[in-house]
Amino acid sequence: MVTKTKNLNKINGRDPPKIGVYICWCGINIGGVVDVPKLCDYARTLPNVVLASEYKFMCSDIGQGMIMEDIKAGKINRVVVSACSPRMHEETFRRACEEGGLNKFLFEQANIREHCTWVTMHDVPGATRIAKDHIRMAVAKVGALKPLEVTTVKVEPSTLIVGAGIAGINAALDLANSGYKVYLVDKSPTVGGHMAHLDKTFPTMDCSSCITTPKMSEVARNPNIELMTYSEVISLDGYVGNFKVRIEKYPHYIDQNICTGCGHCTDICPVECANEFDLGMKPRKAIYLSFPQAVPGEYTIDMKHCIRCGICQETCPTAAVRYDDKPEYVDITVGTIILATGYDPYDATRMGQYGYGRIKNVINALQMERLLSSYGPTEGKVKRPSDLKEPESIVWVQCVGSREFTGKGRKYCSRVCCMYATKQARSYKEKHPNTQCFIFYIDLRAFGKGYEEFYNDTAKNYGIKFIRGRVAELLEAGNGNVIVRAEDTTLQRPVELEVDMVVLSVGLEPRSDIDDIARIFNVTASKTEDGFLMEAHPKLRPVDTLTAGIFVAGNVVGPKDIPDTVAQAKAAASSASTLMSRGEVEIIPYYSTVLSHKCAGCKSCISLCPFNAITFNEIEKVAEINDILCKGCGTCVADCPSKAIIQNHFDDIQILPMIATAIPKKPQAEEVEVE
Amino acid sequence: MSSQEIFDPYILGIFCNWCSYAGADGAGTSRMQRPANLRIVRVMCGGRVDPQFVINALMNGADGVMVSHCHPGDCHYIEGNLKTVRKMPLLKRYLEQFGINPKRVRYIFVSASEGVVLTEIAKEFSQEIIELGPNPIRGGN
Repeated sequence: MVTKTKNLNKINGRDPPKIGVYICWCGINIGGVVDVPKLCDYARTLPNVVLASEYKFMCSDIGQGMIMEDIKAGKINRVVVSACSPRMHEETFRRACEEGGLNKFLFEQANIREHCTWVTMHDVPGATRIAKDHIRMAVAKVGALKPLEVTTVKVEPSTLIVGAGIAGINAALDLANSGYKVYLVDKSPTVGGHMAHLDKTFPTMDCSSCITTPKMSEVARNPNIELMTYSEVISLDGYVGNFKVRIEKYPHYIDQNICTGCGHCTDICPVECANEFDLGMKPRKAIYLSFPQAVPGEYTIDMKHCIRCGICQETCPTAAVRYDDKPEYVDITVGTIILATGYDPYDATRMGQYGYGRIKNVINALQMERLLSSYGPTEGKVKRPSDLKEPESIVWVQCVGSREFTGKGRKYCSRVCCMYATKQARSYKEKHPNTQCFIFYIDLRAFGKGYEEFYNDTAKNYGIKFIRGRVAELLEAGNGNVIVRAEDTTLQRPVELEVDMVVLSVGLEPRSDIDDIARIFNVTASKTEDGFLMEAHPKLRPVDTLTAGIFVAGNVVGPKDIPDTVAQAKAAASSASTLMSRGEVEIIPYYSTVLSHKCAGCKSCISLCPFNAITFNEIEKVAEINDILCKGCGTCVADCPSKAIIQNHFDDIQILPMIATAIPKKPQAEEVEVE
Repeated sequence: MSSQEIFDPYILGIFCNWCSYAGADGAGTSRMQRPANLRIVRVMCGGRVDPQFVINALMNGADGVMVSHCHPGDCHYIEGNLKTVRKMPLLKRYLEQFGINPKRVRYIFVSASEGVVLTEIAKEFSQEIIELGPNPIRGGN
């Protein structure tokens, strides 16, 4: 499973260091603040530095070429690039070193952009001082670095996809069709996610279920996809290429092998409770199928509501009901993981002024989707909840929970609400041309392909009134009507309208269990302020997380519409298959090693290791570290009382020189030199 | 030259790669300005921060040391940060016994998205160190 490859390093790292320092201008990002040629002069004065060069963009071909040439010419055997953050370009320059014939770990990057010129832009002497310190620290470290061998591990040709909404479905189909095994896991009893709830999709007015349901049945049919609905990932272990996943399959209380799906049990079940699929607008039985097109079509007993009367068990024609059904645990090994867990609609009860949950005829947009849907609670005839009257006037309130700075909602724009409200109003108007529809908005954002045209067409040809102004409050009138109070900011006057029904265009929020998801998949470091997961790079690595082998797609990263979600899903599938088709992946060898001659055998490191990578050799009476299990955090290194553990690349002999040189011996004398 | 009159502290940051170093990168990308006195050493995990790193920095004349890593529960290596959280109070007591003001050492949590938090703490810490004056080891008072 695990192989080690010899790195083709001509220079073994034991030669006395000949350090080359390359300082990047990064256009004006660095060069516009500090005097790069002067920094070069300074670098040349540092111990073991044999040359210092500068270039506009070190990351360019020419810049990398400079490094390679100097290595090939035998001028240098250690490289310091003083440029942006190593999190940005460490790998780029390491590759350049490798191509030049140097072990790529004999490289160190001094961050003089993110940590220097960008944060101290107006303090030139200060920035110069920090830049010099960072260069000096990098030079001190690079001299102490050792060549390392890269570890390669095999990547299992299988993917776990968490979340079977439109993102998960698309990623699963792409991967399965490329020949990879896919485990598609979803908490709910059916695949389809939020898209299955929708009536139509903007801007084409495609019927949502017409485009989703074929995909849903395709995932069920595809032999490479193992569908695990009504299941949850409960733990994750391992690393890229070899993730060990434990999945809990919730009990259905019905033997799916025997159940024929006749639906008799649902007919006779005496318990009625709110139907999640129709957002509580229609009852369902305690024994139920989510919705007619559910995939897989598995009946489930909802034990929270079941009263165990036993009628279904007694009358089931195939005797498939099992009240004593237990959760099942499945262990799988996968090479890659895609998180596509989606979003939660904003809970509008938090905005008290809109009376959601209190005023009967104030509903949210997803409920409106169900009302518009032909297989919704009213079979496509929109009726208001209080008296089932067909509304003659409807107001859409935009930005409910989005673009909110009071703390009740979210600061970001949810990106889909302008368009779905326009779509819903248009859809309603198509069927009921003599009704009145109003949309109260702050700004109308129609940014996607065909969106502006769609909005224009709807506004001009459907008689929908768009009023610019945020709704201040909603009040209940005696007859079930809703009074809408707002300011029309275009005409600069207050507006008060009495309408039959109000739809709140709720925004998209991170799932309520996003923290658990982040924790299980060890991507907690990748969370943004708004609570969504964070991409490894917002522009260049939009579907990667900071954890190798784990990708993200769709609304788990932030609000997006269906086309963007599908694009990300396909991108995530492509990134996962890139890893799997190569078949092996390099693991950065920052693992730690026990120096057995120093180890006193105290075992204190063993309990510290979060990855159980340290074992005790009872014969030698020393601790041993498994370098594949070791993830390279270095906790044991910091704690070993005998200083018997060393960490590759971040050892004391590398860090202490950095610390020792961080503060120049005569700081004030040096400052004078800057001037 | 102002440095003759105004004390310009040397602050060393020891930051974990996944949260705090990334957070500092984020502060840079967003051009959040802070006093030019923080130098950052990168380690993979907060757990790697050996108390001797801090002591070494102070012995070498750093006026302040900032140890920063992921929030509890967010550690890329599960709980390396918590190991450091336990060590830091002890280290501060030890420093105090040796006549070094423990306020010179600050351990903080900065996540990858908290460039703002880092910038605010860096400013505040810088001010605090200026008030404390130069590290006595560096020839201060």
